[in-house]
Amino acid sequence: MPAPSPDGLVSEAPAGRDGQTTGVLALGAIVVAGTRRRGLGIAFWLCVGWIGLVILLAVFAGALPLHSPDATGLGPPRVAPGGRFWLGTDDLGRDMLARLIYGARVSMIVGFSSIAIGLVVGGTLGLIAGYYKGRIGTVIMGVVDVFLAFPALVLALAIVTFLGQSLQNVVIAIGFLSIAPIARIIRSSTIAFSEREFVIAARALGARNFRIVTKEILPNVVPPTLAYALVYVAVAIVAEGGLSFLGLSVKPPTASWGGMINEGKTFLPQAPYISLLPAAVMFITVLAFNFAGDSLRTRLDPRGGAA
Amino acid sequence: MSAVGTIGRKILYLIPVLFAVTVLTFLLIKLLPGDPAVDILGPGATPAAVQEIHHQLGLDKPLPAQYVHWLGNAVHGNLGQSYQNNQSTVSALRQRLPVTIELIILSQLIAFAIAVPLALVAATKPNGLVDRLATTAAFGFLAIPDFILGVVLVFVFAVHWHVFPATGYTYLTANPVLNLKAMTLPAVTLAMASLAVYFRLLRTDLIATLQQDYIAMARSKGLSTRYIMVRHALRPSSFSLATVSGLQVGALIGGTFITESIFALPGVGSLAVQSIYSRDYLVVQGTVLVIAVGYVGINFVIDLLYTVLDPRIRRAGAIA
Repeated sequence: MPAPSPDGLVSEAPAGRDGQTTGVLALGAIVVAGTRRRGLGIAFWLCVGWIGLVILLAVFAGALPLHSPDATGLGPPRVAPGGRFWLGTDDLGRDMLARLIYGARVSMIVGFSSIAIGLVVGGTLGLIAGYYKGRIGTVIMGVVDVFLAFPALVLALAIVTFLGQSLQNVVIAIGFLSIAPIARIIRSSTIAFSEREFVIAARALGARNFRIVTKEILPNVVPPTLAYALVYVAVAIVAEGGLSFLGLSVKPPTASWGGMINEGKTFLPQAPYISLLPAAVMFITVLAFNFAGDSLRTRLDPRGGAA
Repeated sequence: MSAVGTIGRKILYLIPVLFAVTVLTFLLIKLLPGDPAVDILGPGATPAAVQEIHHQLGLDKPLPAQYVHWLGNAVHGNLGQSYQNNQSTVSALRQRLPVTIELIILSQLIAFAIAVPLALVAATKPNGLVDRLATTAAFGFLAIPDFILGVVLVFVFAVHWHVFPATGYTYLTANPVLNLKAMTLPAVTLAMASLAVYFRLLRTDLIATLQQDYIAMARSKGLSTRYIMVRHALRPSSFSLATVSGLQVGALIGGTFITESIFALPGVGSLAVQSIYSRDYLVVQGTVLVIAVGYVGINFVIDLLYTVLDPRIRRAGAIA
């Protein structure tokens, strides 16, 4: 019986399976193919390709020959996709394609910057707490536990409400919330490495703590953390989506995927695509981040990367 | 370490957490740009009226005294009142809490009712067809945010097929059938993420349990696979499921905010969201306090149950 990955995410693929399988179970085949022991598989690269595309479009949105995302009345309201407007228009006659691409900007900025905040602050705290297991570690983890004691979305809502709705404040809120869980993960991998022979050897050679942490432990902690970070970017994108779905992220008329899904909700009977297009784009993006992060994690740690 | 010692230590640990949670919730209203008194009275407030409100809310005292004053009121069931409709926060919560609790319970029933049997079947034959399909589906479901799932369910079952209503809530006491009908889509929306998490966890733990010697023993005695799965493997495999279902409560609470908003359910989540819209800060603060303290409490109880249930943890005194 092949060993399952401990977190139960994916099962080992039977030998000889490759990514070329097509058919009804395409998705299943993709998942299976992507988890082969050697090579990351075609599905992984498809996910990376999609993420790359979304990032490129988000970065170069301003340079693309697009309608203005916020201009109303470009066409009649609720034009179905396919004609002059490739993806149709929304209720205010705005170009759906432009809004989707500019919405990607919000999602990508929030996803990457908030997790960057989490990695820098949470990573530092986790390294310190994991290396100095005594009083410092206990205090840091106590504070971390308090923040984990708040339901995340509630805290994010509260922070954004009280700081005011803007892209910057959404990044701050979600970044702040990512500190505690990231600190936890980094701490546990730091503890695992700080007992290893090469750390003991470095200490025996007279290396100072700072050097041990930055030169011996950090380089080992970083790779699995980056794999986790991809999954966290997905979580941050979903969190921003939830906030903007409730109308509490960036202010309208700024396009965001969650906001578009919410605006289109009213028109589900007449023009379902207004809601369902951003929903599909967001789903694929989140899936791609999850899948890419997960494949990397399985590959970096054959035992499945214990949290 | 004895069971009593472990429980005592956990209670000691609970105190600073509760203290910090209440302080943070208290400070939320301090972060507010501007003056809550002006928010309550409107822009044309006289200085005397502002002073009066400050005095009412205890805002004219130093911060620690304000905290004690606020917490004392909260403990006595006074979380202030809405300046919109003068309803007290506590009575609003009392009215809306049953809706949210029903929603959470229904969603968890759905999640367990599907996840447990599915995990049992999948783990019986790892890498079999059922296992691969279910594992893939679970991975996909984890990538569907609840607000997307809710909208898609509304589109399919309310707009397209007219099977379930998209909005319109009937209280359980008024008409149980209509209530369940109105609750179906929200509960399914909320259930899906937990379902995927529970399935993956239980499947992995089951597969690990099935490697144990006593399972081989049971097999060699000629017991049927079904009997072994249900009677021998399920219980020892469900401990992490118990912990995670407790941790899941936090995600569920966030989920109720969104789900209740999509389906217009009169629960605590929609109360919080509406109060945020109308800048009814005392209600927001009160709701956040009740949610956060409730969340800490639930996790504490589950942690405790877990310690009592699993002798290995009781002895090791692990999982702080």
